[in-house]
Formats: sequence, structure tokens, C-alpha cells
Amino acid sequence: MKSATFKVWRGDQEGGDFETYDVDLEPGYVVLDAIHKIQAEQATDLACRWNCKAGKCGSCSAEVNGSPRLMCMTRVEDVAGDGPITVEPMRAFPVLKDLVTDVSWNYEVKASIQPVTPREPDFEDGSWEMQQYDVERPQEFRKCIECFLCQNVCHVLRDHQMHAEFAGPRHFVFAAQAEMNPIDVGDRVAQLRDDLGIGYCNITKCCTNVCPEGITITDNAIIPLKERVVDRSYDPIAKIARSVFGGADDD
Amino acid sequence: MSAYQEFEHDVLVIGAGGAGLRAAIEAAAAGVNVGLVCKSLLGKAHTVMAEGGMAASMGNVDERDGWKTHFADTMRGGQYLNSWRMAELHAKESPERARELEKWGALFDRTPDGKILQRNFGGHKYPRLAHVGDRTGLEMIRTLQDHGIHQGIDVHMEVTVTRLLKDGERCVGAFGYDREQGRFRIFKAKAVVLATGGLGRAYLVTSNSWEGTGDGHSLAYHAGAEMRDMEFIQFHPTGMIWPPSVRGILVTEGVRGEGGILRNSKGERFMFEDIPPLYIDQTADNPEEGWRYVTGDRDARRPPELLTRDHVARKIVKEVQEGRGSPHGGAFLDISWIKEHIKDSEGHIKKKLPSMYHQFKELAGIDITKEPMEVGPTTHYAMGGVAVDADTQMTTTVPGLFAAGEVGGGLHGANRLGGNSLSDLVVFGQRAGEYAAKFAKDNPNYTVSEAEIEEAATEALAPLERGVTSVNPFQLQFELQTMMQNKVGIAREEEGLSEALGSIGEIAGQLADVGAGGNRWYNPGWHTALDLKHLLTVSEAIALSARERKESRGAHSRLDHLDKDKAWSTFNHVVRKGPDGEMIIERRDIPPIRQELQDILEEEG
Ligand SMILES: Cc1cc2nc3c(=O)[nH]c(=O)nc-3n(C[C@H](O)[C@H](O)[C@H](O)COP(=O)(O)OP(=O)(O)OC[C@H]3O[C@@H](n4cnc5c(N)ncnc54)[C@H](O)[C@@H]3O)c2cc1C
Ligand code: SF4
Ligand code: SF4
Ligand code: FES
Repeated sequence: MKSATFKVWRGDQEGGDFETYDVDLEPGYVVLDAIHKIQAEQATDLACRWNCKAGKCGSCSAEVNGSPRLMCMTRVEDVAGDGPITVEPMRAFPVLKDLVTDVSWNYEVKASIQPVTPREPDFEDGSWEMQQYDVERPQEFRKCIECFLCQNVCHVLRDHQMHAEFAGPRHFVFAAQAEMNPIDVGDRVAQLRDDLGIGYCNITKCCTNVCPEGITITDNAIIPLKERVVDRSYDPIAKIARSVFGGADDD
Repeated sequence: MSAYQEFEHDVLVIGAGGAGLRAAIEAAAAGVNVGLVCKSLLGKAHTVMAEGGMAASMGNVDERDGWKTHFADTMRGGQYLNSWRMAELHAKESPERARELEKWGALFDRTPDGKILQRNFGGHKYPRLAHVGDRTGLEMIRTLQDHGIHQGIDVHMEVTVTRLLKDGERCVGAFGYDREQGRFRIFKAKAVVLATGGLGRAYLVTSNSWEGTGDGHSLAYHAGAEMRDMEFIQFHPTGMIWPPSVRGILVTEGVRGEGGILRNSKGERFMFEDIPPLYIDQTADNPEEGWRYVTGDRDARRPPELLTRDHVARKIVKEVQEGRGSPHGGAFLDISWIKEHIKDSEGHIKKKLPSMYHQFKELAGIDITKEPMEVGPTTHYAMGGVAVDADTQMTTTVPGLFAAGEVGGGLHGANRLGGNSLSDLVVFGQRAGEYAAKFAKDNPNYTVSEAEIEEAATEALAPLERGVTSVNPFQLQFELQTMMQNKVGIAREEEGLSEALGSIGEIAGQLADVGAGGNRWYNPGWHTALDLKHLLTVSEAIALSARERKESRGAHSRLDHLDKDKAWSTFNHVVRKGPDGEMIIERRDIPPIRQELQDILEEEG
């Protein structure tokens, strides 16, 4: 493949449309390379976010041919079909300009969640004894690169716009890593139920399916958290989940 | 008058990587009002990309380790041009800084007895790097971020500082713009901490993100601070080289720490040749001993793949030059061979190096559990940086201005050991935060000059007001990067360096014509145009210092002065801005080392 046609969404809060760009490709090109090339040669004011170009920072989230993706980890040859390749911003968040969206809401939600609250250290030097098997579960959640792709696909946020009531999968992953940290003595159960709205999640697993870090968001984070909530109060969906998915055992 | 928003803080921290976050946390703990500015969203700074680990001599894996050995390793790695005081503080304080991260929620990999696990890395005598698989930087930045947001720090995300504000000699704030709408912001502050990271973007092939344009180095320089050791740029030996789109992306040294070996196109393990005299006693002389080392045999010496980065990078270049390179001009890095020794080698590699596995699989179509990777040097790290006082991190010449992390100079001398950056960030971030807060309390009164603000605003708007011109910011940046890559890269000589200085002058001349189309909203062309000044400043400092150093030492290799020369071991190069705006270079004698530390260097060999 020598070249490809891209339709890139250009616009701002007032509105916008797709613009078409032809791009000469080099071997191994990812979508982000094409965007950069357009920026350098055809539209220097084309806005996009990126940092690492290696799937490590979670900056370059966008919708490529309608699917939520990290642009830096999406090979052009894998998404090229007969027609042009479309690139547009994440649709669950307000657009700022072109491919850049306002994700500040996520930062506010996270700040509202109780951070890891450690018990007294085990040793005099201020450290704790933790075994590898103790840390493995929360370590999965700590792989999160905050790309917000899971937030972007979750229907509770995307279709129902329940940002005020529902924290979204990223933040359940965040709550889970704190809850399962072996030295944590915090308690986020009431918060999960009352403020973060975990009950609204009906376990469609769309979030798990898009996570570029392969975090099993639903089975490993959300269901065990729902179970913690259920243990204290009634949540019908979690109850069904427990019987259908078996749930992960929680401790 | 340009319109701008105004903010006032006791301490302003510029940069939200590991160093900036740690400084902000410390300053906030001292009870002062703290502002934190960064170019990207919070949590996306370079630190997030660090892979292999953080050096701290906790001695959890090998109890023979301790601060003295770490100190001696750091000095040897830096070829004794380091600030010995910084190396001492760093070695002594990093264990405490590592443990404190766990208090704030970090979860490092564990030893069998439940302590923080430590891995081998180049130039470190014992397994010393605390790590989480190969995503240690993510763990560090997320921990600091998640703790930091509860300390009452005001975070200004996606704001770029273009100039520091002065009151006489003293630094009293900064001028910048928000990327979102291009609005100007004035930050008035009693003390300012620079934690802006590196400058890899001065080169074409680099592991650094768009942020690494040397802003802090340049901001400090133009405000009257000194930069030291700028000739020492670390070219990491193992960057990806194929396909072209991934050229420069880092392959962690952890691959070699876990037993990865380097081969040339003839299948030879070429690292066993040319072992530097400083390291000959510490290096294995056969593959079997090397394997025993990486699997924890305490009597074995390290394999030559784990020699310092400057040496490994030069060896790869040599293989390529002598016709034994890999198809795309590098060497083969092989971890899959450990299947000869380990039963479930595939599972083991995926567990220890998950993001490397992923990176090669997705971006190069290579399964590293089955086949070797192709690697070559990539511009990675700036050893040089803003000259600071070792204990307080305040710049040597601008009161109220502090620097910590990669933007600071001194700790690493002529070459940095892997893992010594993440520890640097938290050790000196903490110190900078503490002393900046103290400075702010002790020096409450200052004034900010309106004229200076106006000047900064005019300068920042200029490329946009010119609109589209014949000089495209991205093209000019590319021109500079290509030139630096060719003439100020891993192998240097007098003539090329002089030509480079000439080209830098020419490109700087074009700066007045760089134009950017579009409006002030999130406009990368405009932003790139403004970064160019910084890139040119650091490029000049690198080329000038490199031309001046007529020997080869650490990361600095001169084709016309191949050997290390003792006469050059007693001073550092410092550059500063002269009275007419020209760059001046000077020699600064290294202060005599304390006897106690000298004894350690001798004992540790
Ligand atoms: C791929 C990779 C892997 C690495 N692996 C390791 C490792 O395993 N171990 C190790 O010790 N080191 C490693 N390093 C090196 C280490 O990661 C960096 O040196 C370190 O993270 C730098 O941290 P910092 O806090 O100084 O700056 P950074 O993390 O680079 O942060 C700089 C901050 O300053 C901000 N900034 C810059 N300019 C401006 C401006 N003009 N206005 C406002 N804000 C500004 C940026 O937005 C950013 O927030 C690695 C580096 C890379 C690239
Ligand atoms: S599983 Fe729950 S959180 Fe995930 S996408 Fe579905 S509803 Fe949203
Ligand atoms: S959980 Fe996965 S998809 Fe969601 S923000 Fe984190 S990395 Fe992205
Ligand atoms: S640029 Fe970092 S994830 Fe894509």
C-alpha cells in the first residue's frame, strides 16, 4: 500500500465536518503517523493529542472507522478497506477542536474517590510485607493508561449521558485497585453505590472489549465491586451477574 | 495591552512528570500555595513511558548492596564528572523515596519474602531496580498524580510556559498560554521549580515525545541560569529501527536485564569484545557466566550486554559500520534464546516484559518470545542540564529558580545509568519542593514587570500573526533535527560540529519568518513554532559543548579524539548567556571530593 485517503473530522464546539486528505504511506504506518503527516504538510493547525507513540500514555484516543482506538497502535493496513479511513474524536466527550475532546470530567470524578489509605507499616523502615499474589489483582487495574476509551463506549455515558450519576468503567477500575490494595483500609462501598452509581452498570462488557491494556474491567473489577456493594445492600443486576458469570471470588 | 488571566502561587512548579509532581507534593506539605503547570494532560508526561525501573539500594535481593555501592556505581558510570554531592544524596535517599511511593498506593513487584523486588540493570553492581514489569514509570507517575490531587495543588493542564518572569536577578513567575484556546496566562510566584524533562526532540531519532523540546533548559538559560555538561546526550543502545514509523521507540534495557543478548548478522555475540578497562573485572568472560548472573548467581559477573549504555551503543554502531549489522542497520536483540534454559520461556517473557511483547507484536509484527528484535541507538536522555546547588536544587545564578529531574544537571556526569533517572526525579523533586517552599516563605515580596509581560505576549503571538509563510514550523523543526542527528549525534568531529553551529545560526535566522496558519485554538503549528526557540537554544549548547570537549568520554565520542584524556577529567563545561545575547562557554573546576567519599570510591573499586 503506497497511499491512503483519510477523512478527518475538523471542527469545534460549534460544529464541523470531515475533510479529505491523501497521504503517502511508509511501511508500518499507524494512523497517528498519517495524522502527523497531514499536520506537517497539509494542515498545520490540525489538533490531536499524543505523547508516547507506543500505547503507554493513553493520549491519542479517537474513533477510527467508527471504532474506539489508540491512533498510535492502529496500523493503517489493518483499517484500510475500499473507502477512505475515517478519523474522528471520541464522541462521549465534548469536542474542543478536531480530534481533541474535553476529558476534564474524568479528572474531577477521580478526585472524588477515596485514594489508597494505608494501614500502619509492618516494618520500621515504613514498608509492608506483600506477596506477589497479593498484588497481582490490583496490578492489573494499575495498568490503566487513562485513555478513556472505555468511558467513550459505555452506553450509560455515551447514550444516556449520566455523567452526574455514573462514574464509568475507568473509575470502577480505579476504585478496584484501591479496594484491593493489600495495605488499604479505606472503604468505598457506600461511595460506589451512592455517588459513583455502580448499580447502573448492566455488565454489557463493552468497556472490557475496547481496553487497549487488556484489563478485564467487567469481570475482575466491576463484578467484585458490585458484590461488595451487594453484601451490604441489594443490587439486582449484580445478583444476576453472580449467577450468570460466576463472578470472581473476592478476597 | 494583551488580555491575560492572572494566577498567584507561593511556589509554581513547571512540569508534571515525576520530578514536578514530587516537588509539588513536598511544597504543598510545607503549607504553601502551589501551582503546577504542564503541557499535556496530567499523567501523560514522559515519566509515564519509563519502563525498566527505579534504582534504590534497598538490598532486598542482594543484601550486599547499600548506598555506598550505588554511589560508586553512579560515579563510575558518569566517568567522575558527576556532582559527587548529588550522587551521594541520591544514593542515600532513594530507598526512602521508593518506599514512600508504596504508602501512596504504588505496588511494585515482590520478592519471595514479600519485599520490593529489584532487577539487574547496566552499570549497577547488584540487582537494584524496583520495578513493575516494564511499566515502572506508569506506576510512579500514577502514584504521584493520584496522591498529588488530594494535596490542594492547583493544576493547570495543557498550559505551556514560554518565558520566566524576573524581578532583578530573581525569578518571580512565568508567562504562558493555554493550548485549548491560546489564552495567555501569567503566573506570579515567590519561587519557581523547573521540572520540564528532556530535549530528545532536538534529534530525528528519539525515544522522546513532542514535549521533549528542552523548554526548561532554555527558559532557565534565557533567564540567566547556567547549563552544565550539555555535550553529554545519552543515545540509548536499543531503540526500535524497523518499520520506519517506529524508529526511535525505546526497547527497555530490562530485556537485557532479563537475559537478552546482542548478536550481529553473523550470529556472533559481539559484546564480549572490547570490554572497557574500568569494567573488565566486573564483566563475565563467557556466556555461561553471564546467564548465571542474570538468574541471580551472586558469584557470577554481569554479561557484557549490561555494560553502560554509551559503550553498548558504540559497539552496535561499530558492528554496523564494519558490515555486520542487521538488515535495517542495527543489531539483533534476542530474548527468545532463553528457551534453552527456561521451560516456559514464552510465559516468562510475557510476564516480565509485557509491554515490549505488545509493542513488537502490534507495531512490528514480531513475536519476541520466538524471534529476535532489530535494534539501534536512539536519542534518549540529557545528562546535561541547568546548574543547581546540590542540596537545595536552586540554580547557581538565579535566586528563586529551582530545577529538578531531567532538566537539572549534575547527578549523571558523562553518562547516566539506567534506573537512575526515576530515582533522581523523586529524590531531587522532593528537595526542590522543600527548598522552594522555604525560599517562598523567606522572600515574600516581589514585583512583576508589566513591560516584560507585554514583551512575552508579543513574542508568543508573532508566528500566528504572520500567518502561513514560506517557512513551515514542522519543516524547520525537521531540518534542525536532521542536521543534529547527522552532525551532533553519536560520533562527532570538529568539522561537523562547527558546521552544525553554522546551521543552527542559519535556522535561528529563519525563526523570524516562521508562520502558522489558523487561529489560537489548539493549534499545533503555532505551538511548534514557539518550541523552536528552545530547540535551537539547547542544540547550540550541545554542539558548542561537544566541540569544546576534545576527548571521548562517556556518552560523548569524538572521531578526531578517540581516547579519554585525564586532563579533561577535572572540570565541567558550563554555558551561559553573554551580555550581547551570545552563548558563552566556560570551564568550571570540579570541587575537591570529600575524603570519606573518595575512600568509598577506592574501596568499591
Ligand atoms: C521510553 C523511555 C523509557 C525510560 N525508562 C526509564 C527507566 O526505566 N528508568 C529510569 O530511571 N528512567 C527512564 N527513562 C528516563 C525517564 O523516564 C525520564 O528522564 C524522566 O521521566 C523525566 O522526568 P521529569 O519529571 O524530569 O520530566 P518529564 O516526565 O519529561 O515531564 C516534563 C513535564 O514538564 C512539562 N513541560 C515541559 N515544558 C513545559 C513548558 N514549556 N511549559 C509547561 N510545562 C512544560 C511537561 O508537560 C511534563 O509535564 C525513560 C525514558 C523514556 C523516554
Ligand atoms: S459493562 Fe458496565 S461499565 Fe462497562 S460498558 Fe457496560 S455498562 Fe458500561
Ligand atoms: S481501563 Fe482500559 S480502556 Fe479504560 S481508561 Fe484504562 S486503559 Fe483505557
Ligand atoms: S500516543 Fe501514547 S497511547 Fe498513543
